[in-house]
Amino acid sequence: MPWDLDNDRPIYLQLMERIQQNIISGVYQPGDKLPSVRDLAVEASVNPNTMQKALSELERFGLVYSQRTSGRFITDDASMIQKMRSELAHAHIRQFFSQMHDLGFSDTDTLELIQDTLKGEDHETDS
Amino acid sequence: MRPILECQRLTKKYGSFFALSNVTFSLERGQIVGLLGPNGSGKTTLIKLANGLLNPTDGHIMINGLAPGTATKKIVSYLPDRSFFNEYMRVKDMLAYYADFYRNFSMERAAKMLDTLEIDRSKRLSALSKGAKEKVQLVLVMSRDADLYILDEPIGGVDPAARDYILQTILTNYSDNATVLISTHLISDIENVLDRVLFLQNGQLTLNATADEIRTQYGKSVDALFREVFKC
Repeated sequence: MPWDLDNDRPIYLQLMERIQQNIISGVYQPGDKLPSVRDLAVEASVNPNTMQKALSELERFGLVYSQRTSGRFITDDASMIQKMRSELAHAHIRQFFSQMHDLGFSDTDTLELIQDTLKGEDHETDS
Repeated sequence: MRPILECQRLTKKYGSFFALSNVTFSLERGQIVGLLGPNGSGKTTLIKLANGLLNPTDGHIMINGLAPGTATKKIVSYLPDRSFFNEYMRVKDMLAYYADFYRNFSMERAAKMLDTLEIDRSKRLSALSKGAKEKVQLVLVMSRDADLYILDEPIGGVDPAARDYILQTILTNYSDNATVLISTHLISDIENVLDRVLFLQNGQLTLNATADEIRTQYGKSVDALFREVFKC
């Protein structure tokens, strides 16, 4: 099943995001060995060089590391994964607020709306 | 390392018509390259020149530093834009033919792909559908260990599910050392597998960039850019 990719953004960025997502959601566990570049490229239906670039970038950030003979692995640094998780959460929130601005809601309005929405629904993640 | 394909001021005239004019580019090994352009832009002319089926009017085309000829045919695996087999032949005859002609043909690889595509090897070509014929030809071409694969419209006649399989076939079968040149109109289907894109317009090379450069620079897909550049 080819990975779902947007049309208007560089592919390697989207591959990086997808792999990050897979790490956070636990599809790839800390310390797991990643499939080979070619296998990942075939799975995603993308160019192997593009996949290579995405992995090199993730490596630069320290999220994956390679061992010369045995392949690429997910970092086992849990705090780094935690940090990436909260960075992604912030990015989602910023994007959400900017979309609300486009709809004409101020930050305060937006916060109120969020609370109303949570009150109005039996929110499944309510504790 | 020398480029696998190099064109210098390549020009081809049919009578007074310039099918290609002053085309200059070179392709490194290990890439998948899209050769894109509307009908009549010179794609097939370029491909025929690379395979020695036409001679340049002016300029040069080199495969691994050599002019197209016997030596380059050993390392180039070419899928023409039309059927190149006699209809009376059976699929297994064609396999034998390829094994006879090309030392770098892998019978094992071809057999495996034909099995996956559920193509009966004892059938005659005349009994196959248009899409099945195209699949057989692509299988033969991709079963060679070539340095340069030149595929002229490889996915035109097959359904979307088979397209996915064909792209997978291309992705899994070329080596890191080989380059794949694909001409097609069906850009959105293949753009994710491309490293590089060449746009031909009225016989001239108007764009030579990586697929991600295009997305970064124009904020749109190769397909969207193509539609804009070649708007009728």
